[in-house]
Amino acid sequence: MFEKEKLEELKKNQTDWNDNKVGKSLERFPERKKQFATGSNQEVDRLYSPVHLEDFDYDQDLGFPGEYPFTRGVQPTMYRGRFWTMRQYAGFATAEESNKRYKYLLEQGQTGLSVAFDLPTQIGYDSDHALAEGEVGKVGVAIDSLKDMEILFDGIPLDKVSTSMTINAPASVLLAMYIAVAEKQGVSSQELRGTIQNDILKEYIARGTYIFPTEPSMRLITDIFEYCSEHVPGWNTISISGYHIREAGSTAVQEVAFTLADGIAYVEAAIKAGLDVDKFAPRLSFFFNAHNDLLEEVAKFRAARRLWAKIMKERFGAESPKSMQLKFHTQTGGSTLTAQQPDNNIVRVAIQTLAAVLGGTQSLHTNSKDEALALPTEESVRIALRTQQIVAHESGVAETVDPLAGSYYIESLTNKIEQEAMEYIKKIDDLGGAASAIDKGFIQKEIMDSAYEYQKQIESGNRIVVGMNKFQVKEETPKGLLRVDPAVGEMQKEKINQLKGERDNKLVQEKLTILKEAAEGKENLMPHILEAVKVYATLGEVCGVLREVFGEYQQNVIL
Amino acid sequence: MDRPIRVLVGKPGLDGHDRGAKVIARALRDAGMEVIYTGLRLTPDQIVQAAIQEDVDVVALSILSGAHNHLLPKVVELLKVENIYDETLVICGGVIPEEDIPFLKEKGVAEVFTPGTPTGVTIDFIKQNLKRA
Repeated sequence: MFEKEKLEELKKNQTDWNDNKVGKSLERFPERKKQFATGSNQEVDRLYSPVHLEDFDYDQDLGFPGEYPFTRGVQPTMYRGRFWTMRQYAGFATAEESNKRYKYLLEQGQTGLSVAFDLPTQIGYDSDHALAEGEVGKVGVAIDSLKDMEILFDGIPLDKVSTSMTINAPASVLLAMYIAVAEKQGVSSQELRGTIQNDILKEYIARGTYIFPTEPSMRLITDIFEYCSEHVPGWNTISISGYHIREAGSTAVQEVAFTLADGIAYVEAAIKAGLDVDKFAPRLSFFFNAHNDLLEEVAKFRAARRLWAKIMKERFGAESPKSMQLKFHTQTGGSTLTAQQPDNNIVRVAIQTLAAVLGGTQSLHTNSKDEALALPTEESVRIALRTQQIVAHESGVAETVDPLAGSYYIESLTNKIEQEAMEYIKKIDDLGGAASAIDKGFIQKEIMDSAYEYQKQIESGNRIVVGMNKFQVKEETPKGLLRVDPAVGEMQKEKINQLKGERDNKLVQEKLTILKEAAEGKENLMPHILEAVKVYATLGEVCGVLREVFGEYQQNVIL
Repeated sequence: MDRPIRVLVGKPGLDGHDRGAKVIARALRDAGMEVIYTGLRLTPDQIVQAAIQEDVDVVALSILSGAHNHLLPKVVELLKVENIYDETLVICGGVIPEEDIPFLKEKGVAEVFTPGTPTGVTIDFIKQNLKRA
């Protein structure tokens, strides 16, 4: 990119500038700190110039948008064609309550749905299970059977909206219910668009809603890949998630490295199960975090895109460009929100929104200002959505593709993040891959070390979080937080009792027995799960059968 | 005060967010305490049994799922049943609305630490409020 001679001259000039100009300036105006670093502790130089990009090659490193290695984006025109999907993660209490919130969000101009399930649902327990007590409807909507799912999507045309579901261990069951609801609306599974998270490895690493041990979990995942490639071709079968890894305290580099390492494990599992890489890989999607260090985050997204393209092409021999495209959803960083002076969070979220958009995200959830305190109210969700709309319509950043490309700093940081992530992936390969690195506690410990380091920086005052460890004010207790009615648990129990009185229990037992036999063998489980949920077998019953056959994951407690 | 303070750090309920629990566990350890971290998804009964077995002075629980009003009083109740509440300090942290704190204190939780609390505050609280003789 840069002529050798020119570069040499520039290097010399830069050294001169550093010794003379900078030296003199420092005598009079010392810098604020001895060392400068990104939000993830990457050292930051005073100035970036072509000297940092000696081997930079436009074609090889960037290419054009929509072309390998996709550094500049997965589509040729990006947001000039269509903005990212504005998708607010929502769900609480009962299906009825959540259905109302979805309709509200769609009326406000949201373009896709994103379903939050409560913890019992995510861990495969019905609301009447002893371990569900106190948890029903708290962090998401409670779904016990197809009945609840019918209410959740009542009046929402499933051929028109795309739906993302944050569901992992029991992903097959919720996807089956979604297919069944669509069928009742007269919508064929061929027309459905959406995503299931379905990423069990990061549950073991960071999020905690696992059920089954690794091997049967990987089987359930590859069963979904196979089933959807034929029956639900518009469905993103997995959302390989760095979001929760980052929330657990990882650095930006670790977020990229561990997420892509998980991705490698899924691709390997699917290939081992006999699937053709170019058949399932185009439906893999990713999910990243957006934190406050704007430029580092932009570089992170670009590095992840380039690295994944290389992995798919070089490591797995993918031929279809679609298999090499890293498409991703972004959520702004929940852990960056402060409980102190919650209005400040609106500004943080705006910066993070810019990071996601300048990084080329396909869809975005913006957090609400009150989420360090409780689930968001309708008003605060609207501000969060408006933040995206302002960036889309007023900021101008969506008018051209990858506008920060070519910045010496951005390109250097992109290179550095890619390089360091590759080193981590190599280490994980040496440990036997992601699943084995998790078993050994390696990934968890790396994240924890970063999280603890971050905490120490805050407490020592080396890192400032406005309103939390500096610029504090005396505050009133925040008012008007959203509260989930504790009666939700009882209401759900009542619904289950009623359902069990109405459905054909003999038929349910039959379908569950067939599912059990299939689980003991090797067949694809999706069709059997679909059959069971259609006759109103509950989520807990389906997962119960699978628990019997597969057993449960035992967490490796790492401190 | 011969032996170091022993603390059980636990996550009751189904909530999987363990960053806070792990950070506090490490900070307490660095402050010279002996820390037993139990991992995820413990029932109140399992927590109390672990507290007995490990002979701890403090039970520190982290909850971000909103199930605190249900789970925390249960732990206290069971500690009382086992006759060890009088020598065990119970504290908790997590996303807990201010308005729930009086209820939790009334139920026997000594202190509630909300997001943004420096670990030093928790450490000092433990040192000053130990119940053991």
